[in-house]
Amino acid sequence: MPVITYRQALNDAFAEELSRDENVFLMGEEVAQYNGAYKVTEGLWQKFGSKRVIDTPISEAAFLGMGVGAAMMGLRPVVELMFWSFAYVGLDQIINNAGCIRYMSGGLINVPMVIRGPANGGTNVGATHSHTPENFLANTPGLKVVCPATPYDAKGLMISSIRDNDTVCFMENTLLYGDLGEVPDGAYTIPLGVAEVKREGIDVSLIAHGRAVLTSLAAAEILSAEHGIEAEVVDLRSIRPLDEETILNSVAKTHRAVLVDENKPFCGVSSQIAALLAEQAFDELDAPVLRVTALDAPAIYSMPLEKLQLPDAQVVVAKVLSSF
Amino acid sequence: MARTLSLSSKPKKSASPSKKKGVRPVITKKVTKAPAKTANKAPAKKAAPKKSDVKAVAAKKPAPLSKAPKAAKVTKAVVKPAAPVSKVSKTSTDWSKDPFNAKLKPAEKIGFLREMLRIRRFEQQALKHYNNGAMGGFLHLYIGQESVAVGTASLMNGKDEIITAYRDHGHALAVGMGMDECMAELFGKGTGCSKGKGGSMHFFAPDKHYWGGHGIVGGQAPLGMGLAFALKYKGLKGCAVAFLGDGAVNQGVFSECLNMAALFELPVVFVIENNGYSMGTSLERSSAIRHSLASRAEGFDVDWSLCGGFDLYELRANLGAVMEKARTKFRPHVLEVSTYRYYGHSVADANAKKYRSPEEIERYKTECDPITLWEKQLLKEKVITEAGIEKINAEAKAEAAAAADFAIASPWPSEESIFEDIYHEVDHQTEAGQTGRHFFSE
Ligand SMILES: Cc1ncc(C[n+]2csc(CCOP(=O)(O)OP(=O)(O)O)c2C)c(N)n1
Ligand SMILES: [Mg+2]
Repeated sequence: MPVITYRQALNDAFAEELSRDENVFLMGEEVAQYNGAYKVTEGLWQKFGSKRVIDTPISEAAFLGMGVGAAMMGLRPVVELMFWSFAYVGLDQIINNAGCIRYMSGGLINVPMVIRGPANGGTNVGATHSHTPENFLANTPGLKVVCPATPYDAKGLMISSIRDNDTVCFMENTLLYGDLGEVPDGAYTIPLGVAEVKREGIDVSLIAHGRAVLTSLAAAEILSAEHGIEAEVVDLRSIRPLDEETILNSVAKTHRAVLVDENKPFCGVSSQIAALLAEQAFDELDAPVLRVTALDAPAIYSMPLEKLQLPDAQVVVAKVLSSF
Repeated sequence: MARTLSLSSKPKKSASPSKKKGVRPVITKKVTKAPAKTANKAPAKKAAPKKSDVKAVAAKKPAPLSKAPKAAKVTKAVVKPAAPVSKVSKTSTDWSKDPFNAKLKPAEKIGFLREMLRIRRFEQQALKHYNNGAMGGFLHLYIGQESVAVGTASLMNGKDEIITAYRDHGHALAVGMGMDECMAELFGKGTGCSKGKGGSMHFFAPDKHYWGGHGIVGGQAPLGMGLAFALKYKGLKGCAVAFLGDGAVNQGVFSECLNMAALFELPVVFVIENNGYSMGTSLERSSAIRHSLASRAEGFDVDWSLCGGFDLYELRANLGAVMEKARTKFRPHVLEVSTYRYYGHSVADANAKKYRSPEEIERYKTECDPITLWEKQLLKEKVITEAGIEKINAEAKAEAAAAADFAIASPWPSEESIFEDIYHEVDHQTEAGQTGRHFFSE
């Protein structure tokens, strides 16, 4: 199987879908002629032309809203946010319009749009460029939220998201764009709402999404090698819809859960998982549900301290050990 | 509220013509169909509200519509509120001869009257039940502005798309939505056009090219642009008409839209329904302008013009031309239409009588009412008789009353319906809709 980057996997997904469906188009700041701020859309403008790959001015509210309007009419916009942090100037369009119009129209309208871009901290760019809004977008019924951790998942989930008839908020990660992984040629889909056990284990479940999955995998290796603890790593992949079954099955097997989350702790994604476990896995648990999340402060600029703010493998290991 | 802002900030300069002398450029370049006349005949502006007592000033100083001479001194040609017809008509073009009107058949003209009367009677009926406590929410009445929606709908070519804000009942009925479904929606009933999930501000009928009904001020503007984008993308010869209020133009996203619409050469017409007020804030207290609200488009190389909205002929002539230009030339346009609402911002608007005088409202009713004007016009043209008008009026009243009966008799939405119409995939029970948990309540 070809080994390509997370970035290339996304790029391939766009190329597949642009070729397959003429209603699909990409737009956003710098996506066309500049090849994308993070080169995720590289070469697509040359290949598909200005009708399908569109540079926009720096007007997030307007182009997000334009995407919603176009999607209502049956087009399938894939709208890039240079950073998900910039969505905040256009949240009205995402939450009130993409998120609520179907409901308020009694189901007469749907908004088949993908809003995508990186949503991560850890890149030394300060608080305004480090937000992770998956929790509060998943808090909006009507929106779907996807956070792939690997190149394989990125491509399959992107193709599913573009084909989905609802609005999908697709959150990538600048720190993962260069990661390599095996990715098949051609189109394939990974359904939204299906988690994946990325590592089998019997002693504790590490439940994570996005880059925290990789952190959890690294922690699992240390736990195995140094402490004889076999951790199972559950990658949520999609936040909403959520695959609760896989989470519950894993915890029923391991009887311990440590939630690893680059989201903030207050009402973060991990809060939702913790509530799920409290409600539905209480009798399975041999220890309290523990969490390792981003530290509860705005993302700090200073590099060594910023590293401390996000979960790393050693912190996860320590947290797991504390649960025994 | 916006009011506190203007209270604490600088007194308005608009009342001081001398300061503005020579400042205002004469912008004629892109004004089509001589709407500048309307603008220049704008009534004298109110004096600037004193910092200390806006309410008192507003109450004491209705726009002195009848004192036309003052208008000459006004250096800011604001279209709000438009000059009463008696002042305009002397200089106005005879819009009935315009190509968009000349070939209208009597039946069509009568149809416009019927549509306007239906909107008015529908809303009056709704108001009655609102005041009885039969419905909740907000009720933003369109009464006084009916000509704008009806004129617009009459110009739609089957491919054109429209979208508006929360003052949306008129547009809904004008494009052909039924009174029953609309009334039932106001009552929150399951038979409502949005199954009781949207309410007064959120009517939609995509099959009639009507995309809402939007409660967030200005939020619909980029959606309208998206409709235009889709039309052009699909190669359809239609345009999108996006309505917004005189208050909504101050939302940042509207400026973003003007830029993008021009940049992408989109077939979109933004229609500013300038009724002079955004809630209790008069235009001059909300907007810094040089010539008009529409003229802001100049900075984005977007064509713009002004037009009176009281005379259906005038509205149709002006809007028809710019819609056609959008369809064929992919030129966006901003059309500022002067109009007036008689009721409060919403029925819940407790301040309805504070920010403008009863006299002002009365003057608009007697001099500018679009329905009365149209009736007079049709009588003059001998297209209809008094009895004919009365018949249509009675039918509209009966239809509205029947709609209320329908709404009252209709069931509430079912409890299960709370979780319907959220995700298309779930509603259609597709594999995607059945994979993973979508809703997180018990
Ligand atoms: C973003 C936002 N801010 C404020 C409001 C509250 N609000 C609703 S209507 C309105 C006035 C808008 O006036 P205008 O645009 O002139 O429209 P009109 O009511 O005259 O039709 C305000 C302030 C809102 N709905 N949305
Ligand atoms: Mg207004």
